[in-house]
Amino acid sequence: MSGESKKAPYRVPIGPNHPALKEPVMFTFELEGEVVRDVDFAPGQTHRGIEWMGMRRNPVQIVHLTDRICGICGVVHSLSFSLAVEQIAGIEVPERADYIRTIVHEFERIQSHLLWAGVAAHELGFDSLLHLTWRVREEAMDVIENLTGNRVNYGIVQVGGVRRDIVPEQHAIIEKCLATYEGLLDTLLSFFLDDRTIRMRCRDVGVLSRKDALELCTVGPTARASGVNVDLRQDYPYAAYGDLDVKAVLPDRYLGETHGDVYDRIVVRLLEVGQSCQIIRQCLSEMPAGPITAEEKLVKLLATCKKATGEGIGRVEAPRGECLHYVRMEGKDSPASWKVKASSYSNLMSWIPMLRGSQIADIPIIVASIDPCLSCTDRVAIVQDSRRSILSKDDLHRLSVEKTRRLQG
Amino acid sequence: MKEGTLTPEEVMAHLTSRLSGGIRDTSIRKWEQGRKKVPHYTLWVDLERDFLKPAIRALMEIQFPHLSVIAGADLGDAIRLLYIFSVQYGSPKSEYMVTFAIALPKSDLTVPTISDLIPGAVFSEREKQEFFGIRVTGIPDSRRLFLPEDFPEGVFPWRKDETGVPEGMVRELWESKRPKDRPAPPVKEKGPGTAGGETPAASAPAGGSAKEGER
Repeated sequence: MSGESKKAPYRVPIGPNHPALKEPVMFTFELEGEVVRDVDFAPGQTHRGIEWMGMRRNPVQIVHLTDRICGICGVVHSLSFSLAVEQIAGIEVPERADYIRTIVHEFERIQSHLLWAGVAAHELGFDSLLHLTWRVREEAMDVIENLTGNRVNYGIVQVGGVRRDIVPEQHAIIEKCLATYEGLLDTLLSFFLDDRTIRMRCRDVGVLSRKDALELCTVGPTARASGVNVDLRQDYPYAAYGDLDVKAVLPDRYLGETHGDVYDRIVVRLLEVGQSCQIIRQCLSEMPAGPITAEEKLVKLLATCKKATGEGIGRVEAPRGECLHYVRMEGKDSPASWKVKASSYSNLMSWIPMLRGSQIADIPIIVASIDPCLSCTDRVAIVQDSRRSILSKDDLHRLSVEKTRRLQG
Repeated sequence: MKEGTLTPEEVMAHLTSRLSGGIRDTSIRKWEQGRKKVPHYTLWVDLERDFLKPAIRALMEIQFPHLSVIAGADLGDAIRLLYIFSVQYGSPKSEYMVTFAIALPKSDLTVPTISDLIPGAVFSEREKQEFFGIRVTGIPDSRRLFLPEDFPEGVFPWRKDETGVPEGMVRELWESKRPKDRPAPPVKEKGPGTAGGETPAASAPAGGSAKEGER
């Protein structure tokens, strides 16, 4: 580390840490005073070799493994894996299953975006807003539990369909939850978007230009906030989305302009909560009757999968962006190759242009603004004049909160 | 280029016209879901290695393509790399996936970097280097990405030949780099004299739990 040098810029490592979250990450910042001159990162501290494990298991086992890739996106991985296998084996999913998949998928988006909004509020120092947001998030978690039996690791998707039906008695529960969110949305929007301090902390902070967003393969709300019109639910229909007319949420459609900053990312995510409510309502009213799986007997399903040869790609719009699974089957029990591309995989590179030129106190909110599946700012060692001092995650958070208070005057 | 959205056949025709002599095989696959059975399309193009970058340039004439990921498979005598792109995003229900597949023979596992065309590709290229043992020539950053610093050199987890993860690395995972200040594991420590050959009593619990883990 060249941090021993006594002249600016100083190299500052942050992380890796926190096994509690999915992916800890190691950052190295080059700092000059308060300003980040350059940044580098190294992920992989919790690489669990999931693909390696999958290449030694059969598709039905892998579906349950995919449920456990991420604690927040429980359905997107199992859905994209199933889509890939269904295309290879030629398994046609019943229409009702497509609708149930879509409903659970959208509830996942609601809870994920609200979780993120809470984290963003916390990083800015608005802890009461964090608690309120997470309190209302529970409504979606309760419905997910009611629909799937689990709060996380839903286990709802199976190759060829879904494992649980939505019965008429559950419609009222879902409807009640949707009504709650639709009633709350305006309040949430005004809390986050009309607040002077949030605007000061987020407007033109962590800017990602449209060009950078394209060149760095950015996906999901992060790309949309930079004005890239991408949403697989609109562009590349899967499950029931072909029957719906989903329009990508872009900041200029709401605000009339695109900055590509943290503020725009808040706008996109909050508006998508409302959009998800509409999608769920439409799915409920248009859901066809019929079976929920193409093959109930797992032994038969496995026999079909075992005979399959070929390559397939399953691709869905996760709360954080495109999630893609590539599967290659060669007529054996387990796939010959399997590649999982989670949404954060595509978004991490965008940190570099966002963080360049920002202040230390803005690091937490910028890092959180792409909604990474990881927490990283646990520990910062600042090396200055050969003296080492350690900044903890708490210290960084304190710096961020102090900046908010300063701005509030 | 024609204005407006192209059909999958038009995209494929554009690619084949630009890449004559470099294409081994092509296919367009359609998949329909939902009530209205709205299709989505995947275009598969098998290329000679030298035609990878011209193919990406041809794709760029349609729209700056979104690179999802570079996937791969060990086919025994070659590594198959799949560059998974999509074009025509932003136009409702007419985005297509375009997958360029190339085969790298095990005797020459090199491929040129595409990060000069698509800067974000370097992330996936770094991953393919460490997991498949290929060499991406001209890569601006060839450090490891996901594997830890102390992961042995010359072991490539997704390879299916002798360079893959050896059996012992998995079975005796618990004892690799185990810190000395932790409570003892539920198996007897190997003495210096018994290296390689455990006593039956000591190996029984470890073997039992390993089998349970496999089920």
